Amino acid sequence: MISPNPIFLDIAVLALGLILLLLEAFDDEKEKSFLGWTSIVVLGAIFILSFFSKPVSFAEGSQLAQFYRADTFALFYKRIALGATLLVLLMSVDFRSTLARLIPGVTPNAGTGEFFTLPVFTCLGLMWMASAIDFVMIFVSLELVTISFYILVSYMRRSSASLEAGVKYLILGALSTGFLVYGITWVFGVTGQTNLQRVTDMIHVLPAANHPALLFGMGLLLVGLGFKIAAAPFQLWVPDVYQGAPTPITAFLSVGSKAAGFIVLMRVMQPFLVSPEIASKLLAVLGSMAILTLIYGNLAAMPQENLKRLLAYSSIAHAGYLLVSLASWDRLTVPTTVSFYLAGYLLMTMLAFLVMIVVQRATGGDDIANFNGLARRSPILAFGMLVAMISLAGVPLTVGFLGKLLVFRDAIAQQHWALVIVGILTVGAGFYYYLKVVRAMFWNAASDTSAIEVSGVTKLTIAVLAFLIFAFGVYPTPVLAMLQ
Amino acid sequence: MASLLHLLIAIPIVGAIAILLGAPAKKTAIASAAVNLLLTLAALFSYDRLAGGYQFQSITPLIPEWRLSYYLGVDGLSLIMLLLTAIVALAAVWVAPKEDSLNQRSGLYYSSLLFIAAGATGAFASLDLFFFYAFHELALIPTFLMIGIWGSGDRVAAAWKITIYLAVGSIILLVGLLALLVNIPPDARTFDIVQLQSLAAQGLIPQTSWIYGTILIGFGILISLFPFHTWAPKAYASAPAPTAMLHAGVLKKFGLYGLLRVALPLLPGAAQEWTNLLLILLAGNILYVGLVTIAQRSLDLTLGYSSVMHMGYIFLGIASFNLLGLNGAALLMLAHGLSIAALFAVAGQVRERTGTLEYAKLGGLAKPLPFLGYTFGIAAFASIGLPGFGNFASEILVFFGAFQHAGTAVSRGIAFSNFQLATIIALWGVVISAVYMLRAYRAAFLGETRKEWATLADAKCCIKPALVLLLAALLVVGFRPQLFLDLITPTVKTFIAAQ
Repeated sequence: MISPNPIFLDIAVLALGLILLLLEAFDDEKEKSFLGWTSIVVLGAIFILSFFSKPVSFAEGSQLAQFYRADTFALFYKRIALGATLLVLLMSVDFRSTLARLIPGVTPNAGTGEFFTLPVFTCLGLMWMASAIDFVMIFVSLELVTISFYILVSYMRRSSASLEAGVKYLILGALSTGFLVYGITWVFGVTGQTNLQRVTDMIHVLPAANHPALLFGMGLLLVGLGFKIAAAPFQLWVPDVYQGAPTPITAFLSVGSKAAGFIVLMRVMQPFLVSPEIASKLLAVLGSMAILTLIYGNLAAMPQENLKRLLAYSSIAHAGYLLVSLASWDRLTVPTTVSFYLAGYLLMTMLAFLVMIVVQRATGGDDIANFNGLARRSPILAFGMLVAMISLAGVPLTVGFLGKLLVFRDAIAQQHWALVIVGILTVGAGFYYYLKVVRAMFWNAASDTSAIEVSGVTKLTIAVLAFLIFAFGVYPTPVLAMLQ
Repeated sequence: MASLLHLLIAIPIVGAIAILLGAPAKKTAIASAAVNLLLTLAALFSYDRLAGGYQFQSITPLIPEWRLSYYLGVDGLSLIMLLLTAIVALAAVWVAPKEDSLNQRSGLYYSSLLFIAAGATGAFASLDLFFFYAFHELALIPTFLMIGIWGSGDRVAAAWKITIYLAVGSIILLVGLLALLVNIPPDARTFDIVQLQSLAAQGLIPQTSWIYGTILIGFGILISLFPFHTWAPKAYASAPAPTAMLHAGVLKKFGLYGLLRVALPLLPGAAQEWTNLLLILLAGNILYVGLVTIAQRSLDLTLGYSSVMHMGYIFLGIASFNLLGLNGAALLMLAHGLSIAALFAVAGQVRERTGTLEYAKLGGLAKPLPFLGYTFGIAAFASIGLPGFGNFASEILVFFGAFQHAGTAVSRGIAFSNFQLATIIALWGVVISAVYMLRAYRAAFLGETRKEWATLADAKCCIKPALVLLLAALLVVGFRPQLFLDLITPTVKTFIAAQ
């Protein structure tokens, strides 16, 4: 069996992105959705190929090994990035008609081509982030992701909401990048290293007098990364940006950006955990962030009437659960918990957004009220949304429940009772706002009762995602095996 | 035979999916519930009573490193609960309204009912902690949908309240169970209930008091233990009759079953520290909720509160933790499930005809509706605890068991122990339930028939068998409790031996 080196996956994505750009520029004749389907097919092939890849360790001292790692976790997050991008592109095909309305151009198709190309570059950035073990590499890949998101978020030039979202994301994103770089500078200033392993070694030997400076640097890093993972108190941009951005990009932001943020956070945390004094302070900060994020995300989600905003707050809330696990750090269990949770989060969030795009196209809006009576207008869409919502809420037999189970186990094992109690309350709140959507679909009557047409590909994707949500909810062994 | 339990769980789920895909709703639902009842009876008769223990076992390992597997198996106690589930599920889909009265959404209605039944069956047949917990939650969303769509009265508030209450109760329970597992040394940790019980017997499970407390509160919320009971009466009053039958009759017993199956055998030492508090709370169930029940002015709320009140007796039996008390508690779970299901079924029929269940608007219904009147009367007498019905047989066991318990002195100068005091309070509960049940019977069925009700049509032939089934089962339990106690006793003895 062939087993491609993980680095070839990155190269293949890069090549795909460049070829798509050239096709876009020089082949005007083609229908633009051709670009979408090409990228879907090729990315799908790379995604499948990634399951044949095995983690490799590069020779010690080689240039590559200084900044690039291809361990099991890197590979797992590369798959998450590829899977998320694949689903985003599938959604973009459905979303194209909405998009075309909101972009000025000579022909109906003009300007929609890059919408299929840029996510490929974002994907590349996410995949690099998964492998980055050097502050410089982390910064470069993070910027690749963020800059392509700046464009994608404000893509709908005729929609003032999209432009507003773009400006907000740009300003706050740039600011958070500033914090991140400043944090890196402090850590570099103290240790003289940018490679995470060497930073770890330095922290081991450095006298305690250097701890304040390290903590300051770590704090700044947390600010920068807190922005990426949408953790309180750096979450204020999330609702507006999520609501204004094109829906597939919202999905991408909430899954891709968060997953990459968490693997970087886990990698960046490691050096600071070797010193018990720094570790206890760092975990205390993460714990407080978790409590704030859980409370803010869940409480603010409750009154929302717009599904995109609701999912934005839900994205904050889930960052909270992930932080609970991180704050209960245990080298053996927490990386698995976080990775498994993110994989589940990918499935359920993508399913929710996929259904939302179809409903948005059919009803012309993304308020919860637009879902009224969906169960009768399109049973398959209502089923997909139901599965997504109960999994996000954490009903057993879904992957969302298993993720929460792991998070609670970690918190209980470390005896973080404050986190457990807040977690219990916020899960209760979660049931309320996720079931609000279920209520709209099943209880409320629709003003328009005509059936909603759903394309075959979308139906298939809904069915596959729903199946995986249930399958991994009772049989997570395949996912867990990838993390061994 | 091992596949019997798989079938019991799969049939309602397959039936529900078939209905959603367009199979005739009521016929499919009745057929799958009837097959399930037959299979349950087959399991009941082929269960080897001499050998005892867990039978029909089947293990499918799912997550080996956590020792989590899809592990089914039943002993006498779970068989009794499966029997209850099968009878009530069949009666519930039987009395459910015809397809054409459901506004073209009969598929959702009947499949929801089947999902609730499947969840209860799965929970009672599981010997793995994960699935034991997860199956119970299968009922959460269908209940939410049914109350929300087809409920009556303040259905929106009721649906939210039951769903959020139960979700929070379940997550508290989850935290308790996880804490229990995390407390066990890592190499012995397992989700397998049978292995956990043997670990407990070897003393490998630390008897941490607060963990039992968390589990007790979690289960307590699901059972509507005072003061966590406020979700139940309103939800049952608003729910469509079949949902109320399944929920009050069967699902609420999940928490009690969980106490018997998981909490007490695994944490017997910690449980003792909570006895006094439990006695106070169950007295709240019996006295306080009992008095509240008397004050109700409509039949649905009376029944809702009464089902909360009767949980107090079962708690008393469980708290006394001796052969008589535990036997009585287990038998009462069966008897109460049957009687409350019959009562809710009749109330649902009445509501279908009159559109209201307020006492002020009802009266003399026995004349136009003789069959429903008799059925309600019989079920009400059973629920009060008249000899001849299962409720009497089991309550008397509970009272003897609790009174027998040595207990601890309440305080100097009082001659009774805490258990004896609780038993005396519980005995007064019988009087209380006689008051509200007879009052309900008089207000709804006796007296002058109001003009507008004189022409109501009695239960049709197709509803009757369902009610007869419930009452007949109740009488069998009442006259031959030994039949069921033979099944329960060996299980109960293992609990007591483990302590």
